[in-house]
Amino acid sequence: MKARIEVVGIDCLMLRLFDEIDEAHMPWLLAASRRLRETFGAALIDLVPSYTTLLIHYDLAQLDDDQARQRVAQALHELQPDAGGQARELDIPVWYDPSVGPELDALGQRSGLGVSGVIERHSARPYQVFALGFAPGFAFMGLVDECLASPRLKTPRKQVPAGSLGIADRQTAIYPLVSPGGWNLIGRSPTRLFDRELDGYSIWQPGDRVRFQPIERAEFVRLGGDDSPFEVTP
Amino acid sequence: MSLLIERSGAMASLQDGGRFGVRHLGVTQGGAADWISQAWANWLLGNPLQAATVEITLGNFVLLAEADSCLALCGADLAATLDDQPLEPGRSFNIRKGQCLTFAQPRRGVRAYLAAPGGFAAPLTLDSCATVRREALGGLHGDGQPLGQGDRLHWSGAAPELRALDTDLITPLSSAEPLQVVLGAQIGDFSGQSLFDAFNSEWTVDQRADRMGIRLLGPVLRSSRQSMISEGVPLGAIQVPPDGQPIVLLNDRQTIGGYPRLGALTPLAVARLAQCMPGTVLRLKPVALEAAQRQQSRLLANWR
Repeated sequence: MKARIEVVGIDCLMLRLFDEIDEAHMPWLLAASRRLRETFGAALIDLVPSYTTLLIHYDLAQLDDDQARQRVAQALHELQPDAGGQARELDIPVWYDPSVGPELDALGQRSGLGVSGVIERHSARPYQVFALGFAPGFAFMGLVDECLASPRLKTPRKQVPAGSLGIADRQTAIYPLVSPGGWNLIGRSPTRLFDRELDGYSIWQPGDRVRFQPIERAEFVRLGGDDSPFEVTP
Repeated sequence: MSLLIERSGAMASLQDGGRFGVRHLGVTQGGAADWISQAWANWLLGNPLQAATVEITLGNFVLLAEADSCLALCGADLAATLDDQPLEPGRSFNIRKGQCLTFAQPRRGVRAYLAAPGGFAAPLTLDSCATVRREALGGLHGDGQPLGQGDRLHWSGAAPELRALDTDLITPLSSAEPLQVVLGAQIGDFSGQSLFDAFNSEWTVDQRADRMGIRLLGPVLRSSRQSMISEGVPLGAIQVPPDGQPIVLLNDRQTIGGYPRLGALTPLAVARLAQCMPGTVLRLKPVALEAAQRQQSRLLANWR
């Protein structure tokens, strides 16, 4: 790890820890995140973790640029990776079906695995939550098996139903809310992912590990899922 | 005390200073796009500077007073009238029960801010009432919807004495200076020609402009990197997608993004850009971090 601090705005610093996406980086990013929250305390307005970086938005009324850099240095001093102490293991039910996952059939054919093979392969491994972004509770997870990697749709859909599970390149994610989107959809989850009634609002955080549990339609409906078939919007 | 919304073109929303402390969950910042005009509107009434105001974009917004009170208006001149009397922005004013407050169309600037004594009442979602439609957060009902016909705005503060601002204090609308940019670390990825062009050309504000971002049209900027691993993006970030036409990211931007960036506008420049109509021609100018921070402190000293 070679940490670099960059100015990205009058009250924002970018802490760049790595140059590549790698699951092995997460314990370092989590540790740095936790330490930054401690050293900045009330002077921290927001901290945005992503795959290789942490964006630090601090309160200019409390710290100047030099002081902010000192806090970053303090946070990084003798930093040790978090051994997954705060990371949670989550099981998320998914109804993998062409009626709610319009790209499932094509992916089955392209990969040569067939629909059942795609389901098996996608749900076989746990995924790391790398970052939350795009929309509240939208978790970028990975990495999916190489044979499931799929480029984003050329033309994004104007409306993707809430709960839709998608793949883009080697990443996978669920759309927490109805939104536009260009990921390849292969199923739908009945689980509420982002809700102001939830403790911490979001069911997952960067660093968590997620396993998808294939379920049948009846179970999906029992868990409150909306099984209305995917409608192709113009 | 209340105001009844009689007509709304869905471009008026409740905004406070924004939603903070939840950006790591993918929740955007929100809040007044021209934060300076919002602060003045609140200052005129003795409110906290980031109290909830109505951000009225372009006009087509009509309110009926249901009690005698006092309100304040700052920011864009949207040809506002109180009954049929013209109402200039930059002042607080009395309104009587039964009077109609109308915002017709933009004459100068884009966004007007209407404040009430003590701030408009609104439920807090994730500690803010900032309306973000895409995220279904904030607003009068907490569901992200803009203000619509039949909605009622309430407040409970006492009306202070009337005040008006010196017009030169209304910086977002009165300055013709270039918009200042704090340069980012990826500046070295842009070609020398592109860097020259960025700061020596005229940029035209595109039609594609909303609370997420404003596109600028001008010379094509080239970066040696087409895209990067996505990372957090600050307010005012100037990102350059592969078509080479920059997009300045505003309050409702996505929290992380993967396009190379020139840098970020200063908060003052963000407020000024938020008041630029499509077609406005402007220039960008680099500023040293220390100078930009000093300028921000001077600006904030206005309200001390």
